[in-house]
Amino acid sequence: MPLTPLTRDQITIRAARELRDGYIVNLGIGMPTLVANHIPKGMDVWLQSENGLLGIGPFPNEAEVDADLINAGKQTITARPGASFFSSADSFAMIRGGHVDMCILGAMQVSQDGDIANWMIPGKMVKGMGGAMDLVAGVKRVVVTMEHNSKDGAPKLVRRCSLPLTGQRCVSMLITDLCVMVMDEARRRFVLTELAPGATVDDIRSRTEGEFLVAPNVGTVAV
Amino acid sequence: MPAKTFRDAPAAFADLKDTGVLRDGMTVMVGGFGLCGIPETLIIALRDSGVRDLTCISNNAGVDDFGLGLLLQTRQIGKMISSYVGENAIFEKQFLSGELKIEFNPQGTLAERIRAGGAGIPAFYTATGVGSPVAAGKEIREFHLPSEDTRYHNRSPEAVTGTFTDMKARVAPRAASAPARREYILETGLYADLALVHAHTADEFGNLVYRKTARNFNPMMAQAAAFVIAEVERLVPVGALDPDQVHTPGSYIDRVVPARVEKRIEQRTVRK
Repeated sequence: MPLTPLTRDQITIRAARELRDGYIVNLGIGMPTLVANHIPKGMDVWLQSENGLLGIGPFPNEAEVDADLINAGKQTITARPGASFFSSADSFAMIRGGHVDMCILGAMQVSQDGDIANWMIPGKMVKGMGGAMDLVAGVKRVVVTMEHNSKDGAPKLVRRCSLPLTGQRCVSMLITDLCVMVMDEARRRFVLTELAPGATVDDIRSRTEGEFLVAPNVGTVAV
Repeated sequence: MPAKTFRDAPAAFADLKDTGVLRDGMTVMVGGFGLCGIPETLIIALRDSGVRDLTCISNNAGVDDFGLGLLLQTRQIGKMISSYVGENAIFEKQFLSGELKIEFNPQGTLAERIRAGGAGIPAFYTATGVGSPVAAGKEIREFHLPSEDTRYHNRSPEAVTGTFTDMKARVAPRAASAPARREYILETGLYADLALVHAHTADEFGNLVYRKTARNFNPMMAQAAAFVIAEVERLVPVGALDPDQVHTPGSYIDRVVPARVEKRIEQRTVRK
C-alpha cells in the first residue's frame, strides 16, 4: 500500500478522538478549529474561546449573527445552552490557572523534547502571539496538529527549534499527516504510536530531524 | 457630584485638553478584541482632538478604516502595546518604516498586566513566555505551581506560622514526591493616563454592563487609568440596574457618552 498521508480533515478527526466527556477545550485558529466538527456524538465537550466565552455553539444562521459574539478568530459564533461570558483577565486566569483540560494548536516547529514555535519567523512581519503562549504554558494537555513537513519538505519535528519559541517542553501529543506521537515525560522524547496508512517507521525517520522513540506496537491511524 | 453623562463624545472631550487629561505623548488604553467591543465613537473623538505621539494599549490595532486604524491613518500613534496586530496594512507599513513601535505581549499577560495595574499590583510572576523572546531581559524565579503547593503556598515552611500542627510541619521535610519548581517571569502592571471603553448599558453613575464577548478587555481597562470614558448603547437612570448584574462599578467611570457608530463584523461566518 502506498504512503497515504492523512488529509487535514482526517488529522482533525484523529485529534477529536483525544477529547473526553466533560473536557474544557480550547481550539486554535485554522485546522484545530475544525476539530469542533468531529466531537463524538453523545460526548459533552465545552469549547473555550479566549476572548471570553466558555461554551461555543455552532456558527449562527443569518438571523442570529451578532457583532458582540465572536470567537478568537473573530468569526461570528453562537453560545450553547449553559455558556458563560467573562473578561479577558478571567479567561486567561482559566487558561493560566490550569482550568482548561486540553488545547489543540498548530505549529511551525516542534522540538524533540516538546518545545513549540508557532508565532514568528524572523525577518517576516510579526503579527503577534495572541493567546498562544498562555495556552501552551497553562493548559494541562497541549496537542499539536500539523503537516509533518513544511511545503519545501523541511522537517518540522526538529532537534531544537530554530524559530523563536512559543513555549518550552509543553507539547504532549503530535498529530501529523504521517503519524501520531505521544510525549514520554520521563524520557523526554516523543514516542511514535500510530502511522498513516502505508507509512513505515523508516518513512517517518527520513522525514524527521528530531530523535523519537518507537512504541512496541505501532498501529495505523484509524480515521 | 458633577454629572458624568454627556450628550455626545465631542462634548465629553471638549474640556479635556484644558484640564490636561488629553496631551501629546500620553498613554491610552482602548478596549475591545478585534472589532468586537471597541469604543469606536470615542476613538473618533480622540482622533479629532489631534493629540499625537500616543502609546496605545489595546489587544489589536483595528483594521485600516475602523478601530485604532483611524489613529494610524492620521499618524497619531507612536507605540502600540498589543498581542496581535494581524489585519492591518497601514500598521504593517508604519511598523516596517520604523515610524511605529510595537511591544508584543502574550494576550493573557496583557490582560493580567492591566488587571494588576488597576489593582495596585506593580508586578507579578507568570509562566507564560518562559524560554521565548518575551522573557528577554526580565527577572526569572522558580516557584511551585500554586495548585501543586496547597500547603506552603510558595513560602518556606519556616515562614508558615500559626497552629501547633503547622509548627510540627516546620520540621517535617517536604514530601519527596513534591513536584519540581517551574520558572516564572516577572511582568509589570500597566496603568494609563486615559482609558476608552465600550459597554452595552450604563446608569448615570457609570455602573457598566457589558454584552457577550464584547466584554473582553473593557472591564480591566476601566479600572486601570487615571481618567476613564465609557461609550454605551443604552443609558438608564440610577437604580435601574440590578446591583447583582453590574460588571464595572460606577466609581471607576468619569464620563459616559452614547455610542454612535454602527458595530462592524470582521468575519461574518454563518452556518450552511
